[in-house]
Amino acid sequence: MTSEAPADDRHGIPAFVVRVPAGPYRSLNPVTKLVIALSEVILAFAIGSWSGPILVLAVVLGCAAIAGILRPLWVIAAVTLPVVVSILLVNTFLYPGAKDPIITVGPFAPTWTGLAFGVQVTIRLLAASLALAVAYLTTRTDDLLTELERRGLGRRSTFLIGAATETVPRTITRAGEIVDSQRARGLDTEGSWWKRARGVLPLAGPVVFGALTEVEERTMALESRAFSAPGRRTMIRHLPDSGVQRWFRRALIAVLGLIVIGRVLGALGWVP
Amino acid sequence: MSLTLTAVGYRYVGTSRPALAGIDLTLAPGEVVGVVGANEAGKSTLCLVAAGLAPATIGGRLDGAVTVDGLPTAQAHPYELAQRCGVLFQNPVTQLSGTAPTVWEEVAFGPRNLALPLTEVVGRVDDALAALAIAELAERDPARLSGGQAQLVALASVLALRPAYLILDEPTSQLDPQGTRLVGEALSRLVAGGGTGVLLTEHKTDLLWGLAGRVVVLDGGRAALSGAAHAVLADDRLAAWGVEPPGRVRLARTAEAAGVALPELAA
Repeated sequence: MTSEAPADDRHGIPAFVVRVPAGPYRSLNPVTKLVIALSEVILAFAIGSWSGPILVLAVVLGCAAIAGILRPLWVIAAVTLPVVVSILLVNTFLYPGAKDPIITVGPFAPTWTGLAFGVQVTIRLLAASLALAVAYLTTRTDDLLTELERRGLGRRSTFLIGAATETVPRTITRAGEIVDSQRARGLDTEGSWWKRARGVLPLAGPVVFGALTEVEERTMALESRAFSAPGRRTMIRHLPDSGVQRWFRRALIAVLGLIVIGRVLGALGWVP
Repeated sequence: MSLTLTAVGYRYVGTSRPALAGIDLTLAPGEVVGVVGANEAGKSTLCLVAAGLAPATIGGRLDGAVTVDGLPTAQAHPYELAQRCGVLFQNPVTQLSGTAPTVWEEVAFGPRNLALPLTEVVGRVDDALAALAIAELAERDPARLSGGQAQLVALASVLALRPAYLILDEPTSQLDPQGTRLVGEALSRLVAGGGTGVLLTEHKTDLLWGLAGRVVVLDGGRAALSGAAHAVLADDRLAAWGVEPPGRVRLARTAEAAGVALPELAA
């Protein structure tokens, strides 16, 4: 969702370039969303026991609801399911020193203490991963990079982050093409695990070597487009920011700092 | 004012055999020079050396001298050369930055790198898109273009730096006939505009027949033949150097063998 900037602010730049994120939560400055997400991740782990992770998870879900991204967020949450299940099982059955079994069946004795700890870790993990997911789902990569570059991030760092982000879908597409071509030549990549494992080798070779051989040509192409020129690049987009957001970010970072210091000094023992 | 190679030789890192030897070549503004030759003849190496990317970016050993409007490439930074001498490679995918969400921003990548004023960036991007008649692609995602369109966007990205010389390394080699036609038409428009010197390596000699004023045949890293484009492309020895003559030349020969003279086709 984007809206156009006023024509007189565009300096001749087309409207589709001067796109401003629109809509609740999405319209926040990308740095504000980044600060919120990183704060949530740190708070989910910095505040002990239950209150920290539950509070953060509630805030994350609230932000997602405002942004209208609850549905894709559930999909991401579902992806973490195998990790969640393994954490719950390991802690419930193997929590060291726990002596409050839920039930004893032969050598297996799941404990209430282990289960509680496992649930707590799970909420923490979910809160942190979904906090980052909300930032990802509500912020275009180029918006974030534009803002970070405007704030002093170097052109090489900006390019590296942007290129790395774009490389993932490109590599997946390329891997799919290679799988198709290998299948056309008779390679069986479906069926048993052994067959699938054997199918990985002819796939990995072309993907890895193809990526490596492209590096030199990409480097030369970048040089031929003056990538190594000195100074800061011309900025063509300015995303809106506000005094309220600036103060909010500072306040959030200050509170975060106090909580982390309190945690290190052991002064948060009263938090439930 | 010219792009000049004088007695140029070049060896890649870790090799003893020269990829280029004794190359003398001059490219004036507004002139189109074609380069043909079999695979491994040294065409791509010639492009890298002429653009100053070899040895500056990929290492190796350069003998002789390469100058762009009097500036020795060995003494210039790549970003300085980029404004004088643009280069386009075979694969359009590897030439796009991969970080721009629209074609317009992709083309703006180079001018932005030069820290030009915003109005200058806008002017250069619009001019480059107009020169290749691809303004209608401006809003598109560069990752979702056809091969021919992507190559045109890569060319526009080079043109936006307003180089006096363009070095095109087999720009149509990975394109289908439709893509080749798109790039060919765009190059024709560019050449007709005048002013820009173009060094164009190609296997597709039909493309060179209509574009180039002079053609150089490379064989084993050396210039085997050089001269007026039509004379070189109609030379009987071309096939022996691994180069297929243009279709019109082959047709004229076939007709001649059948007793029908069509000299105007190969002239």
